[in-house]
This record gives sequence, C-alpha cells and structure tokens, in this order.
Amino acid sequence: MSYTGRFRVWRGHAGGGALADFEVEVNEGEVVLDVIHRLQATQAPDLAVRWNCKAGKCGSCSAEINGQPRLLCMTRMSVFTPDEVVTVTPMRTFPVIRDLVTDVSYNYAKAREIPSFTPPIDLAPGEFRMSQADVQRSQEFRKCIECFLCQDTCHVVRDHEENKAVFAGPRFLMRVAELEMHPLDVSDRVAGVQDQHGLGRCNITKCCTEVCPEGIKITDNALIPMKERVADQRYDPLVWLGRTISRRPR
Amino acid sequence: MTETERHEYDVLVVGAGGAGLRAAIEARERGLRTAIICKSLFGKAHTVMAEGGCAAAMGNVAEKDSWQVHFRDTMRGGKFLNSWRMAELHAKEAPDRVWELEAWGALFDRTPDGRISQRNFGGHTYPRLAHVGDRTGLELLRTLQQRVVALQQADYFQTGDYEARLRVFAECTVTELLTDDDGAIAGAFGYWRESGRFVVFSAPAVVLATGGIGKSFKVTSNSWEYTGDGHALALRAGASLVDMEFVQFHPTGMVWPPSVKGILVTEGVRGDGGVLRNSDGDRFMFGYVPDVFKGQYAQTEDEADRWYDDQDNNRRTPDLLPRDEVARAINTEVKEGRGSPHGGVFLDIASRMPAEEIRRRLPSMYHQFKELADVDITAEPMEVGPTCHYVMGGIDVDPDTGQSGVPGLFAAGECAGGMHGSNRLGGNSLSDLLVFGRRAGLGAADYVAGLGRRPAWRSGDVDAAARMALAPFDAPSAGAPGENPYTLHAELQGVMNDLVGIIRTEAEMSVALERLGELRGRLRDVVVEGHRQYNPGWHLALDLRNMLMVSEAVASSALMRTESRGGHTRDDHPMLDPEWRHRVLVTRCDRDDPGGDPVVPRVTVEPEERVPMREDLLALFDLVELEKYYTAAELTAHPEGGAA
Repeated sequence: MSYTGRFRVWRGHAGGGALADFEVEVNEGEVVLDVIHRLQATQAPDLAVRWNCKAGKCGSCSAEINGQPRLLCMTRMSVFTPDEVVTVTPMRTFPVIRDLVTDVSYNYAKAREIPSFTPPIDLAPGEFRMSQADVQRSQEFRKCIECFLCQDTCHVVRDHEENKAVFAGPRFLMRVAELEMHPLDVSDRVAGVQDQHGLGRCNITKCCTEVCPEGIKITDNALIPMKERVADQRYDPLVWLGRTISRRPR
Repeated sequence: MTETERHEYDVLVVGAGGAGLRAAIEARERGLRTAIICKSLFGKAHTVMAEGGCAAAMGNVAEKDSWQVHFRDTMRGGKFLNSWRMAELHAKEAPDRVWELEAWGALFDRTPDGRISQRNFGGHTYPRLAHVGDRTGLELLRTLQQRVVALQQADYFQTGDYEARLRVFAECTVTELLTDDDGAIAGAFGYWRESGRFVVFSAPAVVLATGGIGKSFKVTSNSWEYTGDGHALALRAGASLVDMEFVQFHPTGMVWPPSVKGILVTEGVRGDGGVLRNSDGDRFMFGYVPDVFKGQYAQTEDEADRWYDDQDNNRRTPDLLPRDEVARAINTEVKEGRGSPHGGVFLDIASRMPAEEIRRRLPSMYHQFKELADVDITAEPMEVGPTCHYVMGGIDVDPDTGQSGVPGLFAAGECAGGMHGSNRLGGNSLSDLLVFGRRAGLGAADYVAGLGRRPAWRSGDVDAAARMALAPFDAPSAGAPGENPYTLHAELQGVMNDLVGIIRTEAEMSVALERLGELRGRLRDVVVEGHRQYNPGWHLALDLRNMLMVSEAVASSALMRTESRGGHTRDDHPMLDPEWRHRVLVTRCDRDDPGGDPVVPRVTVEPEERVPMREDLLALFDLVELEKYYTAAELTAHPEGGAA
C-alpha cells in the first residue's frame, strides 16, 4: 500500500531558509526517517539530516514534526492521514547548521560543567557493593539516549538564548540527580544544582517528560526530588538557623 | 587555496565507540596528547546498540567460572580458528575492565549480595554477562564518554582548557592515513562533515576503532557508520586484514516493515515456544536437521511441543538448531518460493500461547514490534530473515599491543581481526573492545615514547587526498552518465546480500566479484549535487570507496576458503576441513601499484599459517574434542599425546 505523501521540509543554513514542498512516495510501515531518506535518494541528495541506529537507541535524528519534538526514526507514517501535510523542521532551541541538522554543542558544554562521579577514595575497583533497589533510581536516568529533545522543548531556553549560560537544561539537571542518587557518589551536589546549573528556573511544567522517547519521568523522579533536597538544605528553618549561627564572626 | 586546518597530536583515535574511547582514555592517562575523531556526534556510536551484556569471568554468580573456562568457550565458539593469544588475554583481563567501569560510574544490575549480576548467554558455560537490562551497550558507552569528560575536567582544572590533552573531533571523517617514506604512520587526512572543510592531523600513532562493515549488505543490524573505514584505511596504508570471509548473520532479523529491516529478534522468542513457519504454514525446520545433529532434535511437532515442558523425556525443537543451520534453512525456503510476502519466513508465537503470557515473557520484543512495526505479536506472526550482524575479520594486529604491520598503526574492537575466529559468541564483543581498546591505547603510548623523531608524511600525499575527496564534485568522464551514490550503494548492498550472504557458492561469488568490478568502474563517475556543507550524498560517495574495497576483501576471501566454518557457509563445500583450521586468509593491497586503481585499490588474498597454540593452553582441552578440529599431526604437542 503506497501513496504520494506531501512533505514540507525546512531547508537552509545559519543565514536563513524556508520550507520546501515535496511530493514523495510513502509505503506501508514506514517512519518519517524512511521518507527523508527517500527524498535524499531521489529528489534532494544533499538534504542534511543526522541519524544512526534507526531504532530509537542512539538519539541522533531529533527534529520537530508538525511542531512536536520527535525522533524521526520513531515517528510512524501511519499516525498521519495520507492527505495530511507532514512538516519537518530542525530543533528550534539550537542554531541551525544545515537543513535538519542543528548545532547541539550547548549540550556538550553543559555536560562538562557537571562534576563527574566521585567514588569513595578507599574503594578499589571490584569492591563496589550496591543493592539493586539502590541503583535502580539512577539506572532510570541512565536510560537517557541524549537525543536532547527535552532540552529542545524546555521553555527556559527554547526562545531564551540568554538563559543558556545559566541553565543546564532537563537532561543535565537529571544527570546531577543521577549522581546525587548514586549509592556510592560522595560529592554534595545540592548547592551546585541550584547555583551553578539553574534548577531554580525549572517550573516543573513536565514538557521534558512528555517528549522523552525513553519514557523517563524526568520531572517527577529527577527534578522534583532535587528541588526538595535544595529546599531541605536551603529553607529548613533549623538548618538555616544553624548555618546563620555558625557563620557569625567569633 | 586557503590554508588547510592542522592539528598536532601524539595519538589519533579514529572512532568513538567503546574500543576507541577506551584506547583514548588509556593514551591520555599515559600522558599523551590524544585526539578522538568520529563520524557522528560524541556518544552516538554503534556500541549503544549492544543489548545482552559484557562477558567477563568474574564468578559473581557461578563461582566455578574462571578465565580458563571463558577461554575455552571462546575458542569453541570460533571453531578453533581464533588468535589464541587474543582469546587468552581477553578472558584474563575482561573482569578488571568491567570493574574499572564501575569505578567510573557504570551502574550494572546487581546480585542479591550487591555485586555485579551476570546472565547466561549462548555458548557461555556459566552465567557470565554483566548487564543493565537490555541496554548494556548504552551503559558502557555512556560510562566511557563520561570518563573522557572527567579527564577533560581534570585538564581544565590544571590548565584552564578542557581540550588541553584530550579532544573529541565529532562529525569529522578520516579519508586517508598519511605515512612517511618508510611506511610509518605520520598522520591522517579528513574533512569536517559540517562544513566540508579539510583537516590534517599530524601524529606518530593512529588507533583505528571504526567498527564493522555491515552497511555493505542490504539487510543488516548495523548503522550507516559501518562502512568498513578502518579496514580500508589500514589496507591503503599498507596493513593487512585477516579472516574477512567470516561475517556473522543472525537468523532472525526483522524484514518488515522496511523501516526496521534487519533489527534483531532475540533467540528468546524461539526459546520460549515461538516456531518458524513458511508460507504454507509448515514448520519447515523439521526438514532441515543435518546428519551431525540427527537424533538430538525432535522429529515430530508433538515431541517438539512436549519438550518445552518436559526436557528430560523429549528432544528439543529443531527451531533451536545452531544459528547457521537456521539461517540456511530460512534462506532455502525463501529461495524455493515458500517465503513470507516480504522475503522472510514467519516466526509465530501468537498461536502458541495466550497474549498475556507473551507480553509477560517477551516484553521488549512485544514493545519493539508494537512500536516500530505496528505488529501485535500476540495476534499475528512476525516476519523474520537473516541479518548481517558482525564481522569477525579485521585488521591483523599483534595481540599484546594491537599494532598492525604498519609502524604506528594500531587497531581495536570490531575492526581488528583474529579474536573471535570464525564466529563470535554473544557478549564477547563488549569485553573485546574494553580489553583490546585499552591494550591498543597502551601500545600506541609505548610506541610514541620509543620514537626518536616524529615521522613526516610523504610530500604530495595531502594534496592527493584532497583531490580524491573532491573528485565526486567533478563532472563525469566524457560521455559517461553521472552515477548517483545512493543508487551505487543500493546495488552494492544487493550484490553482497544476494551473492556473498549467508550461504555462498563459487559460482555466485564469481558473479559477485564481477559485479563489484563493474561498480568500481562506475564509482569513478559518481557525481554529487550541491556544495560541501553537510552534504550526505558526498559523504556516501566517499564512504563507498571503503565499502567496495572491503566487499572485495570479503568476496575474495570467501571464494578462496573451500570449507564451511562458523560465519562462512559454502553450499559447495559444506563440511569443516581440518586442513583449513590452521590457515587464515590474509588480505592486502598494493598501495603503490603504478597501474592500479587509486579510487578503490585492488586487493589480493593469500592463505597463511596461524601460529600453533601454546602447549599449556592446548592442554586446557580434551584431546577428543580437539580431534574434531585438528589434524593428527598438530596434536603431538598435547600432553595426552595425540598420534603423530
């Protein structure tokens, strides 16, 4: 079962661009990435798109389909009617390089700002003992395939370039949570997540959770617990009192 | 002409999968300035696709496990063709490599007493695979990626520059290695995918960790990056490849819909009761039990079905014959016109058990088909067929250092050869890339430390590499039609899939070599549209050089090996031949052949003797077992004293 589908694909570069109209064969069982590949093979050989595994495991083919942040390889053509125009645009939060490819270096810069895993100094490799129940929480966050769709959709940076310097975004706030919840990490990450990585700017609208192709409960399981830890440490009256007293000059 | 971007490093690592990152980490920890160059973004490498686990005889679940047992399993899996020294190092060092990952932040699934859990897998005597659900590869790659970042952070604190000693050049493709007048490595030439601009690296050591070759086949579980770059770069730099005839085909990959063609369907479906059927609805595997297995498998459907519940009094279903047997049977059914609508056969579990039971036992398969194919496996059969999965063959390296025949050129992971012999066991590739990634990094570091001077590349080679890279933008030779790279790629995949696939014959492979020769000619007239900025058509045109070269290596090697062993099945030579066990096929190319084809240099294949196994390792096996594989003359070294 084939039909001629109508596609509008954004084509251009950093200097600007526009939606280009295509009519292209669509076959039963295909995903949007298959159609993009057919455009490359038959009509637009230089159409730029990132992709790798084509199985939802590497997180390379992130884009926006009819305005929704999605993986091209996990969006089946059967969710559209044959007469529907499918519009494919690059992720809006990141600068365009060419066509559907964006400059995602913001994410790699943020990854470097998060202090790495810090195990106890006296623990040799092979001596680690952790229970399944304890590793499970961080394991959920380590399912992340770094597609950066959560970063793309997050309104803190989506149309606010100025916030990028002070906001790590859901993916990397979750990375802090992952390390904070790691049973053997000895680093205190609570102050940093608020002061350096900008957790306070997140107002838990759960947009990141909604677009996560791995179904990670970013807001409920990572961001809110981190906010609670910040609140515990910063705004607990007893802790506040203790800290204020100890800060007094002797 | 504008000045080409240049960088100087001590070690270049090409490829940022598990092997490449592990090599880079080692080289950097030895104090060397190291660059990682990869075609994709950092953290997207094919390693993330590995599911099952990482084999290491830690003995956390089965105390009796040891490196000796792991070594034996690996040699058996490879039908005794493996580089025994690699198999030995691998089995001995894998546990340390896994524990080290844990110290870098990896979170493996746990045993009840808090250690790393280990699971059973095909060919492994004991539960041996460290794992994280079914996403072990992602965990492994992410951990190594984060270790690279940790080292960059250390450098930042010391120097104020994250990239002072370890830098990732992402979305950058190496098209040629540069060597000096004596043939030693001097650097590499490549281009930025993003801008199309050229970049030249000066470095006395290069570690190739580019993975496999699966994109030369139509149906594959591999990503677009698997174009055999490392294999071809090594050949063109003067190194040799071994065992290129051995390509692992998994019998059950998805064949429909097109979007998921080649994605694996776990053997667990058959283990749990799923059966293979042809278009007539027949369970055809009963007709394919080979003589060597006669008596070991059920002869009727009733008996086979009873086996699931009572394995003591019934024989197992022939649906669970070894992978090569099943793949061969599926191939025959399709060829004889009894295939499914999309060129596979049916794998039916829907009619075998209640829907709820299927979802409980096979949650990930249920999810995979539902999500990717819109197929409800509790209601309808799956369509499956063989899929190209892994190449055992690769760059011929010294087991201890990873060094190839070219001074300064190292290789590790899937692009290196020898470790797995004729067939790789599941779980042995993640451990392979950790063990030999580290060793290649060490080897490169030692090599650089021992160098008196940095080799300088031959004059003219950089210009030649630039011309070669730009050739696809030139108009085709007079009168010739411009060739579309996508069309050439599709035809290459067709040739390799249909004629050098799971079952091979002399006649078909001769045709394949002829067709590859035609494609080689047409590649010279390849024409790409547009400009150099992020142009996938151009990228493919350049990758095709490597794919063609490697495909010729596979086809030529497969034509020469007149026996069937592991991942190489000859319909016209269906038996194991002990005279072939001790011989490996070595692929080389004559880089300076004046009359040669500069685009895709011709390869030659020659048999060479494998170094005989060390006596103490040979003694780990029973003589009776070895006699199935070895010639009598080879077994005189065994303590039980084989008849000379």
